[in-house]
Amino acid sequence: MMRLLRVYALFVALVAVTPAALLAQPQPPKEFVPVDDIPPGEQIPAINMVAAAYGFVWVAVLGYVWSIASRLKQVEAELTELESRKR
Amino acid sequence: MRKLTTPFIGLSAGMLLVAPWIINAAPYESTMGLVQKVFYFHFPSAILFLVSSIICGVHSFRFLFMKRQSADAWALSAAELGLLFGALTLVTGPLWARKAWGVWWVWDPRLTSSLLLFLIFASYLMLRKYGGPGSERLAAGMALFGMLNVPFIYVSVNVWRTLHPMTSVVPTLPTDMGIPLWFCFAAFTMLFLALLTLRATLELQRARVEALYLAEDEA
Repeated sequence: MMRLLRVYALFVALVAVTPAALLAQPQPPKEFVPVDDIPPGEQIPAINMVAAAYGFVWVAVLGYVWSIASRLKQVEAELTELESRKR
Repeated sequence: MRKLTTPFIGLSAGMLLVAPWIINAAPYESTMGLVQKVFYFHFPSAILFLVSSIICGVHSFRFLFMKRQSADAWALSAAELGLLFGALTLVTGPLWARKAWGVWWVWDPRLTSSLLLFLIFASYLMLRKYGGPGSERLAAGMALFGMLNVPFIYVSVNVWRTLHPMTSVVPTLPTDMGIPLWFCFAAFTMLFLALLTLRATLELQRARVEALYLAEDEA
């Protein structure tokens, strides 16, 4: 019974707090805000994004090429050794 | 076939080295400005991500239903490349979106289904690595589901209008933007074909090594 009362009390508290929490939220802008009007602290220079994107592509591709080359070298060395043992 | 891979990698590396100059010469898109230039690497990566899934699915079908053992090596290679090109797409896209849309990510159908395909490739490769004997057949079944996702990813932007541009953008690009785009696309495609061939060669060589070890054990 006490447990049920505690759950009920929690439910009432949540219902009571929700409108207050919603009112405390900052209101979203009601109309379009041009990018240039955003405070400088919130703007991200485009060059950083472009450089990060191109940099990531290069690093990932080079890393993968290196990974395949090293795995292929290892397997081919193993294959050569096995074939020479077979002869 | 493997002899062709070195010139292909060399040519595509040369083209990708020249690409920044060609992209720099392309005009700025009027609303997004400089950040739109991520598009020249994002689009080829995204298309090859979908192509990987089709190649993986077709070879998995051949492996499952036509019992072609070599098809499994090609499916595994395509899955690995799918993971690579998927990562390129899913990293370059949010970098572009953060500046253009103001957010890194939105749960729209195109982005969500692309992430799902990426996770299917990741699951495929984990299943192959840790699944033990017989996992190649389970993984092949998973690859078929991944391939079915491709048409959905492609048309999703036209069916549900969201922040992501529609498929009609690329065919209607002005020539000044189209030239760098198709230049980068050609470079990425050559790189993709060379890497796919190299990765499949690696898998076929591994199969030979395993066969030789088995023959040694039996002798």
